[in-house]
Amino acid sequence: MFGGTEASISILTFAPAIGALIIALFRFTSRAEDQALIDQNSRGVALATTLATLLGSVIMLWEFDTSIAGFQFVHEVTWLESVGLGYRMGVDGISILFIVLTAALMPLCILASKSIKKRVADYMIAFLLLETMMIGVFTSLDLVLFYIFFEGGLIPMFLLIGVWGGQNRVYAAFKFFLYTLIGSVLMLVAMIFMFQQAGSTDIRVLLDTEFGRDAQTWLWLAFFASFAVKMPMWPVHTWLPDAHVQAPTAGSVILAGVLLKMGGYGFLRFSLPMFPHASDYFAPMVFVMSIIAIAYTSLVAFRQTDIKKLIAYSSVAHMGFVTMGLFAMNSLGVQGAIYQMISHGVISSALFLCVGVIYDRMHTREIAFYGGLVHRMPVFAAIFGLFTMANVGLPGTSGFVGEIMTLIGAFQVDWWIATGAAVGLVLSAVYMLTVYRNVVFGEMTNPKLENISDLNGNEWIIFIPLIIAALVLGVFSTLITDVTAASVEALISNYNAALSAPAQ
Amino acid sequence: MTPDILTNQISLLIPEILLACGAMALLMVGVFTKGEGANRLISALTIALLIGAALAALFLTGGDGEAFGGAFVFDSMAMFAKVAITLSAALALLLAMPYLEAERLAKFEFQILVALAVTGMVMMVSANDLISMYMGVELQSLALYVLAAFNRDSLRASEAGLKYFVLGALSSGLLLYGASLIYGFTGATGFNEIAIAVADGPSVGVIFGMVFVICGLAFKISAAPFHMWTPDVYEGSPTPVTAFFATAPKFAAVILLARVLLEPFGTMVDQWRDVIWIAAVLSMAVGAFGALTQQNIKRLMAYSSIGNMGYALVAIAAASQTGIWALLVFMSLYVISVIGTFGAVLSMRTREGMVEQIDDLAGIAQRNPGLGWSLTALMFSIGGLPFLVGFFGKFFVLYAAVQSGLIILAVLAVLFSVVSAAYYLRIVKVMWFDEGEVEFVAAPISIYWVTRIAGLSTIVLLPVLGWLIFRAVNVGTALL
Repeated sequence: MFGGTEASISILTFAPAIGALIIALFRFTSRAEDQALIDQNSRGVALATTLATLLGSVIMLWEFDTSIAGFQFVHEVTWLESVGLGYRMGVDGISILFIVLTAALMPLCILASKSIKKRVADYMIAFLLLETMMIGVFTSLDLVLFYIFFEGGLIPMFLLIGVWGGQNRVYAAFKFFLYTLIGSVLMLVAMIFMFQQAGSTDIRVLLDTEFGRDAQTWLWLAFFASFAVKMPMWPVHTWLPDAHVQAPTAGSVILAGVLLKMGGYGFLRFSLPMFPHASDYFAPMVFVMSIIAIAYTSLVAFRQTDIKKLIAYSSVAHMGFVTMGLFAMNSLGVQGAIYQMISHGVISSALFLCVGVIYDRMHTREIAFYGGLVHRMPVFAAIFGLFTMANVGLPGTSGFVGEIMTLIGAFQVDWWIATGAAVGLVLSAVYMLTVYRNVVFGEMTNPKLENISDLNGNEWIIFIPLIIAALVLGVFSTLITDVTAASVEALISNYNAALSAPAQ
Repeated sequence: MTPDILTNQISLLIPEILLACGAMALLMVGVFTKGEGANRLISALTIALLIGAALAALFLTGGDGEAFGGAFVFDSMAMFAKVAITLSAALALLLAMPYLEAERLAKFEFQILVALAVTGMVMMVSANDLISMYMGVELQSLALYVLAAFNRDSLRASEAGLKYFVLGALSSGLLLYGASLIYGFTGATGFNEIAIAVADGPSVGVIFGMVFVICGLAFKISAAPFHMWTPDVYEGSPTPVTAFFATAPKFAAVILLARVLLEPFGTMVDQWRDVIWIAAVLSMAVGAFGALTQQNIKRLMAYSSIGNMGYALVAIAAASQTGIWALLVFMSLYVISVIGTFGAVLSMRTREGMVEQIDDLAGIAQRNPGLGWSLTALMFSIGGLPFLVGFFGKFFVLYAAVQSGLIILAVLAVLFSVVSAAYYLRIVKVMWFDEGEVEFVAAPISIYWVTRIAGLSTIVLLPVLGWLIFRAVNVGTALL
């Protein structure tokens, strides 16, 4: 399929948008009394669209040639050619897994949105638009196109948090939007500067362009401003707990599962290969920030009374492993960082869905409210327990593989870094096990929990793929590393070549 | 002046002649036609006249050239601007018709005044001499003063008209004084001659004159620190007049400013760039921070236009071919979005009459999804957020600035755009997140479609953006 026609990758990217368009057409052309029907049907359309997209992405992965380091399935169309911009899409070993991750999480999100009752059609339109934006981030091979997708995702996410969010949703939506935007606009200026220097916005051209050392420093900082916020890294992580807590469950899943990965992907696609000298120069700073993120946010997570907030802080800590692994710039570190991102995409999504399960029943996320759930919800307790362990990094789960790889990668650079991060591993066990004990075990003291029911069929369907993913990736790590290996090796060898080249 | 000079190259002026004669003829039609349908007839004829002028500018002028001994120039920039001005004026008239009828303001003079103002504007963008520049500016200003106070029984509209007139007269005075200084020190009024005179180092008097001219034109485009009239006039004037103010006159004045700075004073970039730099930063700052606390959507649009004019000045400050075409692309996209936004504002009519508070939009995305989605797209587009087309307007302006080495200006521009995103987001927030009960009556068909099409254009224009840019790039290359 993907070998057949060039446009396949664009079709894959824009398929969700087409689904959104179909819903929108019915939404705007029908009478007011039909809106309830449209709301109902929009769920089906959205689910079908996301499943089709998933199928497409799996076929793409199937046809992907893992031995090639460069970009595959490239699709180019002339667009704004008079000024040097173009429409260019393609994937390589670094980006393809993120596409599959995104496409896989989306149907689960649609299923998990059963509890959304108001303005369902608008919700589905926003969600499908968001999917196109997210896939576009990973498929675009053009600087400006990347920026459009990268920032374009903010608009549907803003609406998702603001319309379907919790109590304090307006504050959270604004904070999310403006915080992320201010980081990204600096990147935009940097991108324009690169465009002007290189005369092209083609990422493949830019990868071969060598920027001056002074320019690299500034460009790196501008990109860092954007990706560090998106990641998020300490100390610019404060938007994340607010956004996570206020977003609807599916919004949190996408936020943790995919949006956070855009920062890490950005480092891999731009900062490291395009500004190797600056990356090397700033690496110690990134390591320090990563270790602070791991240790500090773990401690903060321990003190949370809201389960979602706790998982949000835990995400910041886990992203600390990613940045540490990336800037270690060796094969294990970078592979581990990608592994950690994919695995975190599965585990944190599952954890947010677990919270969603009990939130849908009790409408509170206070840890103190719960206790003794194992007596009423044994299946939930088992699943929540599995993902708690995966989040802690228990061997046999995908969380372990990513963490151990990044740790070894960091160890090869400097054992102090790895030691600092390893302390954070212990802390993550402290807060995750505490929250698990408080929510699931103990006596059931709260009378309101008496009638809480265990997982229903819909929730089963949501969790089964995630359980399989977490366990399979915990054992067969080559499933991921084989795909990424060629591209990562090329990235690292180019990086080292650029560093060892004599200064001009 | 021999007759030969007058008749030679007369074809270059066909759009102006058409507009001027048409306006006068329509005045006669208005005076001698009685009855209900007269006003609609004149509206339709005026819109036809404006579209005719756009077509004339496109096809009938017979190529580039100068007329009246160099006082009037027709080049690709003038053509681009004329088409944009006449078409946006036609759209503004389309929006105005149902409003004026509903508000019992439907007098045929309105359309005539718009046509006369447009005549002034198309003169402005072709001005190649200080005198023809002043004539163009005054012709459009005089018509606009009357339009601002068109609802003469309304205290606020009268105030707006008076305020606009007093400050407009002041700016005309500055413009004229600057022109006289330039004439005094160079001995020429033609742009071509001035360019030659200042080529080997301008005298202090010319610099002073130039700064006065910049100040006078900055009033017209409402760039800070000459923006004070804008919020009051925007709020007080009848809404379709505001829609008109925010589009065609801005386009004309920006193009005139670009021509004045790049042609006669093209060699004096170092002298004027700082002035424009400061005005651009101030405009963006005033626009961004001023709009944050506004409750009235027309006032908010006034601050938004101040901020966007700051962006236009960034493109002018770049002083390059890229700057010119970026300016044209930016202004074109801006004008389309603003027309659509005012269409949405005009849709805000309840049974009791027009409302203009932002809070009146509460929950509109739910009750009136077409309007809600359109205005949402337009707000994000004017705010310059991707993936909407307005992003490209700002993107190319920034590109021009970076290319000319104005990186600090570009960084300031994007930072202020984040601040301004906050108030565009606030409108979206009110429409989407808040619950409201204000029921709007069904919008008239022209307003309905202008809003929807403008909203849709923020995405539909993306694939054809290349064509617009291609046209604009040609202008930039031809000019410098």
